[in-house]
Amino acid sequence: MRREGSPWTGLSTIAVKEAADHLTSARMLFAMALVVLTAIGSVYGAIGQLKTTVGEDPFLFLRLFTTAQDPLPSFVGFLSFLLPLVAIALAFDAINGEYQRRTMSRLLAQPIYRDALLAGKFLGGLLVLGICVVVLWLLVTGMGILLLGLPPSGEEILRGLGFLVVSLAFSAVWLAIALWLSSLFRSPATSALAALSLWLLFSVFWPMLTPLVAGVLVPLDPLNPMTAIQQFELQHNLSRLSPNVLYGEMLTGLLHPSTRSLGILFRSQMEGALVGTPLPFSQSLLIIWPDFSALVAGIVVVFTLGYVSFQRQEVRA
Amino acid sequence: MSAPGKTAPRMGGPVLEVQGLVKRYGAVAAVDGLDLAVEAGEVFGLLGPNGSGKTTMILILLGLTEPTRGRVSVLGLDPLRQPLAVKRAVGYLPDSVGFYDQMTARENLRFTAKLMDVPRREIERRIGSALERVGLGQVGDRRVGGFSHGMRQRLGVAEVLVKDCRIAILDEPTNGLDPQSTTELLGLIRQLRDDGRTVLLSSHMLSLVQTVCDRVALINRGRIGLTGAVDALRDRVLGGSYVIEVEAVGLPLAEVLRDLEGVGRAEMTGRRSAKIHAVEDIRPAIAERIVQRGGALQRLAMHQPSLDDVYARYFEEVRNAA
Repeated sequence: MRREGSPWTGLSTIAVKEAADHLTSARMLFAMALVVLTAIGSVYGAIGQLKTTVGEDPFLFLRLFTTAQDPLPSFVGFLSFLLPLVAIALAFDAINGEYQRRTMSRLLAQPIYRDALLAGKFLGGLLVLGICVVVLWLLVTGMGILLLGLPPSGEEILRGLGFLVVSLAFSAVWLAIALWLSSLFRSPATSALAALSLWLLFSVFWPMLTPLVAGVLVPLDPLNPMTAIQQFELQHNLSRLSPNVLYGEMLTGLLHPSTRSLGILFRSQMEGALVGTPLPFSQSLLIIWPDFSALVAGIVVVFTLGYVSFQRQEVRA
Repeated sequence: MSAPGKTAPRMGGPVLEVQGLVKRYGAVAAVDGLDLAVEAGEVFGLLGPNGSGKTTMILILLGLTEPTRGRVSVLGLDPLRQPLAVKRAVGYLPDSVGFYDQMTARENLRFTAKLMDVPRREIERRIGSALERVGLGQVGDRRVGGFSHGMRQRLGVAEVLVKDCRIAILDEPTNGLDPQSTTELLGLIRQLRDDGRTVLLSSHMLSLVQTVCDRVALINRGRIGLTGAVDALRDRVLGGSYVIEVEAVGLPLAEVLRDLEGVGRAEMTGRRSAKIHAVEDIRPAIAERIVQRGGALQRLAMHQPSLDDVYARYFEEVRNAA
């Protein structure tokens, strides 16, 4: 049955209102304070480390993102841990919160489709996450210029922009997951817990689980060296189901220009290559492209799950 | 794509029309073959106990829930196929309405006004006058978090006013309000009608609805039992029965009343007082008889049956029939 009128009516109004809500909310304030403080700490540690090795590295600025000073993880290490948390904080009660506040039926009685409500909430959250990521990037770059006294090169800025896009896509996956869970469960506490469990699973337990599963499915045969490769490939592919792994791989490809492959590299493939020389930006993009496609596909799939579950919902609680 | 005329609201005829509406949730039928027609400019009351299908029907009228079967038309529009046009023409005040607590009353209205396609330069003027009308002009810039239930309900009416729509649907508007707020809200509903809007009102609070509704439909288990003006319903359900209370001294009351014409049944409620069930208003005849026989009439009162009696009697009958 065809419905008349655009499903996007009211989209921008909802997105802007959501973004404004987030930017003034206490929970966003806490999440941002946490992220900014850890960012400053980790970058400060990285700079201390880098000062001893200035001149040895053509991509000094990128090292700001990836260098870890012993007790602290690197800046990107922090981000892959904390960005999902910020995204979850933004969206865990997006849909069920409207029921909780009894605003859902009043909102849907306005001339908009449910599509606009869900997409508007997603875009509003994404806008805030975008602001958050850009702020962090500028903060790190600014600290680098001030404390190292070096301007970033053109390629470093390009790779930095790549880092922005990838980080945004990574947070978008978690935003979509939280949004989906918020329409799946009627209580915000349940959806928050479910989202946090998924977050723990993917950021802590997933890397421990995949070798076990791969070891059971493809046991090592000492007489057949191919089984070792098969097992590794399986483990690698399984681990890539986690958005955190995809994000980590993409950051490796983007921020370490000498990365030539994200998987196994045979000696025969390395013939004639100068080990340790950086790849041009376009070649690094090619390496991370499959991961990026997978991440975007993940956003689409999870958002669709949320869309279906929300469209089928009865408005009355 | 459709011609603009197709989505434009129709003039004349019933503004809300429902035919053979059925909505099933699994095996349970929330609405079970419901027919209804609401004319332009009237206040129509939808009365029934909780869970009788009132809210479900309202959600179907707004296109927020799909009916299992049946035809619905709002101003000649189909809420399933043209939900945006329908929602533009209908203002809705849900059962115990909620607002965004961290926003002010004005900000809440501004947000929905933008969703409603209110012209940008009109928004502030409409919000201002709507808040004045519902008596929230002084607190428009306060956060809704501190509002009482009655204030929220009035803010909901303000939202309907900002929308400036031809039909207003109010679901249990007086639910949980104190008598003072109830009276104020009923006044606002009358104002909506005086503006020329059609109002559909659902409630289980009969005595209140009786004072504002032009016509009433009794709904039970997803079906309309009776429809009509309040007086007509009273006569139909109670079968034109009148209850008259008499108090007199100086004569044997029971004996005097026994052979009076029009008395169906007379029961003595005391030594000098009686309760008479009559088919018509026979107060003059009673008074005359008592005075003729030399008695002193002390009290003569007719009990006006209210919609509550109609309601109680009707649902009692339905229950007995089941």
